[in-house]
Amino acid sequence: MTQTLPARDLAVDWPVALYVTLKEASVGLMAYVPDAGHSTLINLFGADKDVATNVLTTEEEGIAIAAGAWLGGMRSVVLMQSSGVGNCINMLSLPVQTRMPLLMLVTMRGEWDEFNPWQVPMGRATQAALEAIGVTVLRAETGDDLVETVAQAVTMAFDADQQIAVLIGQRLLGKKKW
Amino acid sequence: MNRRDAVAKLLAARDGALVVTGLGSPSYDVHAAGDRDDNYYLWGAMGGAALVGLGLAQAQPAKRIMVITGDGEQLMAFGALATISVAAPKNLDIIVLDNQHFGETGMQTSHTGRGIDLHSIAAACGFTQTACLRDLAEVDALCETLRQASTGPRLFVLKITAENLPRSLPPRDATFVKTRFRAHLGLSPC
Repeated sequence: MTQTLPARDLAVDWPVALYVTLKEASVGLMAYVPDAGHSTLINLFGADKDVATNVLTTEEEGIAIAAGAWLGGMRSVVLMQSSGVGNCINMLSLPVQTRMPLLMLVTMRGEWDEFNPWQVPMGRATQAALEAIGVTVLRAETGDDLVETVAQAVTMAFDADQQIAVLIGQRLLGKKKW
Repeated sequence: MNRRDAVAKLLAARDGALVVTGLGSPSYDVHAAGDRDDNYYLWGAMGGAALVGLGLAQAQPAKRIMVITGDGEQLMAFGALATISVAAPKNLDIIVLDNQHFGETGMQTSHTGRGIDLHSIAAACGFTQTACLRDLAEVDALCETLRQASTGPRLFVLKITAENLPRSLPPRDATFVKTRFRAHLGLSPC
């Protein structure tokens, strides 16, 4: 007897849907500085023996690793929080100038229901900084929109040689619990 | 030791290794030994060379990857030594050409000229093998070491003379070098 799986509720199951989307797109490497909003995706990739995962000491490392992976024919994704975008700026000249595919998934802080004022300046600067160095920025505020946005960002990055950052709105992630 | 002589020895014994170079003089040194499709030269992205090597090593586990960079470039990526050690690639070797100076910008003394030993840092991080080499005879021995398979990443510091040799300039067209390198691996352009 075939079992019918419950329909996925993307409002809460978006990390699983993103994992499936990235796996179907043959992403074979994931690099990350942790964020609570990325924790499910990090766990899913970490348990996947077919994906190389790299924990980073600073986010710019992931940009360089992604470039090396592409030189070797492998698709990758870099996960970080908005505060880490500032660390990446000069290293982003590498994929921008070489026109190598880049897919960054950035969880936002400092923009919605934020309690920590120290998160606000970089949260405010994230999109402008990425666009200033030449990265295309897409945003999503709901789980449905996020999954669709990442699916097409995969095409633009790996088939059209673009450098793409998808910003995951803090409104979607919810208030940090601690 | 003379940096060009040391690099020429390493490249003569590369034995199919893919080479990534750090910006500045290491890129010139590798280019001076002969421009090749399986060289990937960086002209910027300071701090990125060893990490480009890591991504390449993970994408091409059957190939050996040799990163040739400078002390200033590797110092900017101090944390990368931790990231690479945790990733533990078996096919990544990092060669640091250490003249203890920032040679491109007026020969200011770098941290390695003020007591920081990058090979000791790499050893503390857990690299499988590290050493500091001071003459060309030791580089000959290193070439033999590099032919042997490793169980994890290796880092070797080569103490070289602080001098600015005539520049041997690799192509600056970043997409050209990328596409040429990928074609060497049988990978198509967009």
